[in-house]
Amino acid sequence: MLNDTGLSGTALTADDLRGQVREFLAGHDPAATGRLDFLRARFDAGLAWVHYPPGLGGQGLSRALQPAVDAEFAAAGAPNNSPERNGIGLGMAAPTILAYGNDEQQKRWLRPLWTGEEIWCQLFSEPGAGSDLAGLATRAVRDEEHGRWVVTGQKVWTSSAHLARWALLVARTDPDVPKHQGLTYFACDMTADGVEVRPLRQITGEAEFNEVFLTDVAIPDADRIGAVGEGWKVANATLMSERVAIGGGAVPREGGMIGSAARTWRQRPELRTPGLHDRMLRLWADAEVARLAGVRLRQQLAAGKPGPEGSGAKLVFARLNQEISEFEVELVGSGGLRYDDWTMRRPEGANFYGRDPGYRYLRARGNSIEGGTSEILRNIVAERVLGLPPEIRVDTGVPWKDLPR
Amino acid sequence: MSTTGTGVTTPTPGAGGAARAGRMPDLLYNETETELRAAVRALLDDRAGWRDVLARTETPETYDAGLWRVLAADVGCAGLLIPEGHGGAGASYREAAVVAEEAGRAVAPVPYLGSAVVATAALLAVGDDQLLTALADGTTTVALAVPFTEAPGTSPRPTVRLGAPGAIPEAGGGYRLSGTVADLADALPADVLLVPADGVPYGLYAVRAADAGVSLVPVVSLDMTRQLADLTLDDVSGRRVAAGATAQRAVAAALAAGAGVLASELLGTAERCLEITVAYLKERRQFARPVGSFQALKHRVADLWVGVTQARAAARYAAACLATEDPDAPVAVALAKAACSDIAVRAAQECVQLHGGIGFTWEHPAHLYLKRAKSASIGFGTADRHRASLAGLVNLPS
Repeated sequence: MLNDTGLSGTALTADDLRGQVREFLAGHDPAATGRLDFLRARFDAGLAWVHYPPGLGGQGLSRALQPAVDAEFAAAGAPNNSPERNGIGLGMAAPTILAYGNDEQQKRWLRPLWTGEEIWCQLFSEPGAGSDLAGLATRAVRDEEHGRWVVTGQKVWTSSAHLARWALLVARTDPDVPKHQGLTYFACDMTADGVEVRPLRQITGEAEFNEVFLTDVAIPDADRIGAVGEGWKVANATLMSERVAIGGGAVPREGGMIGSAARTWRQRPELRTPGLHDRMLRLWADAEVARLAGVRLRQQLAAGKPGPEGSGAKLVFARLNQEISEFEVELVGSGGLRYDDWTMRRPEGANFYGRDPGYRYLRARGNSIEGGTSEILRNIVAERVLGLPPEIRVDTGVPWKDLPR
Repeated sequence: MSTTGTGVTTPTPGAGGAARAGRMPDLLYNETETELRAAVRALLDDRAGWRDVLARTETPETYDAGLWRVLAADVGCAGLLIPEGHGGAGASYREAAVVAEEAGRAVAPVPYLGSAVVATAALLAVGDDQLLTALADGTTTVALAVPFTEAPGTSPRPTVRLGAPGAIPEAGGGYRLSGTVADLADALPADVLLVPADGVPYGLYAVRAADAGVSLVPVVSLDMTRQLADLTLDDVSGRRVAAGATAQRAVAAALAAGAGVLASELLGTAERCLEITVAYLKERRQFARPVGSFQALKHRVADLWVGVTQARAAARYAAACLATEDPDAPVAVALAKAACSDIAVRAAQECVQLHGGIGFTWEHPAHLYLKRAKSASIGFGTADRHRASLAGLVNLPS
């Protein structure tokens, strides 16, 4: 959401941009240009993400103009940057780097991020710091002599860690101050010595996620994002982007979890009961209203008036995915007793709507945990949107090292 | 983690027009709508504070004729939907819905919905110049004589009949009508009643409320801010406004408009309930702390807020679809009425509960919102009835 105000001083229209794309294609025939060369040139032409600044793949325009550019490239059969392979990079790392990275970092990281040459992951949660992320214990100790930090700790729930070149990392740089004040934000090179990635098998049988063990990992100070001690602020920018990314995708009617349930309902009349019919209609209506709310949220973003509604979108998304998939497992009867495959596998990304009803049912359980539990999101809505007073806290005025653990 | 969209794009059931073409109407509030809202809110803040509204429910005049005159004529809300050629504002359901939100916030005792939306929609469908012009200047109030419970998509047999089968109109084109209709909303202050009547021909007839033989008996209603009335016609004279299929279409259009705009009214009530509840949770102290600092209460109002933001998108979509006569309008209205009915009732119930004892008293406005929300949630079809209508609209049969 950062830098996504959609405000711009110029009055370029979607038609102007389509013209730019055609001009670009005239000079870069997709059929005759290597994929990466093509994508790099597209970035350099400011046609990667038009809402980014000039020189960083964009033109400082409204985000609302981007779909026209993407459609024009797609119509010409041009290769895209396979955004599904780098969801964390595009959805979270890029906005964070744009908001808090320095010029050198933005130049260094954004282009290979956008082209997909460098995949990003996120080293935030720890076994002892989930909802209470600010309590994390991974230590970064400054090594003044070598202009670097030495990092040791354990991270968890890291999707794409086994594919990633870079990680967004939050670590504790000062244990002697209250917990929110002693954090610093880094980009961690996942190929560095001391980084060990182990798959974390989940209830679906596969392992989308990893545990990452960091042992005396050296991180140059040049890879610090934001000021020392400012890590909590930067991390929050990342997390807000994550929630928008999880809850806010554009889908057509019946494009989400409800689609397969509705298709099964239509194709298999023998499964219908009055009780299931009532649930089918409720879920269809709720899913369609949630879709409309997503449309409205994106209209607010495009109009440069981002509202707090994004915090709610993820709550609704999680609840609906769970209720719809639960419904579908019951609907299909004996089919709900079977499971397609428990084999331990490493999928490239999350696929909430794929495979069988049983898989979708189990995968959806994670939707209210990942990216901020629904309980934490309700706290955020209550405190930041509605302005209710915070819970009485016992952990915010005490040095982190003195907190009971 | 990323959402790897499976992006299945099969045909989208029930999605005509905008939804099918992938073009979505503007679901935000534009500048004109925001200005209109400010004007209406200023008036209602001044003239329809909850104490005044509550006091009026215990008087014989439960509708506020003076307030309605200002809202209808001076602010111009009576003629919002009426073309400029007839003296109206030539606006659309988008603006009409914003006024309804404000009426819902204030639980205003005015026949805006019944006259400026429902009856107007029927008259626009048949193009009745005479009544449209009279409505537009705010001097005439009209009510459609159907039960408040009537939902769009139903075509019940009228309970009023023409004097005799094949009755010959009397001199001047009048017909004689007899029968009863129960539970009319916004009829008590009406000058003219639009009565669907069976017989040959089936039609829509305009009856002057003041005529002999017309009896409108006030009903002791759950919601006294929109008091219902039972109508009896005993051989009264009616002017035929439309007949046959045209009349049926007019009634259908009126019910769709009524349900769609009532959704926005419910949204306004829900939003008001949330606001005063949040304000109270910040101010009320128990156990030496504001009760709003307790997570158990925070989560409940957070869920309400989410419900209101969801319902708002549905209400705006319904208003936009009605405004452009989008083929997706029946789906949009059903979604909006279902979502807004549910959230308004929930918000009003939570408003009572989270206020504790004071919320259960006559001295606090929570009961006004609860009664209005519950009654409006039933009006023009319950949430359940609207969801049931989706079965046919989007091909999810029982």
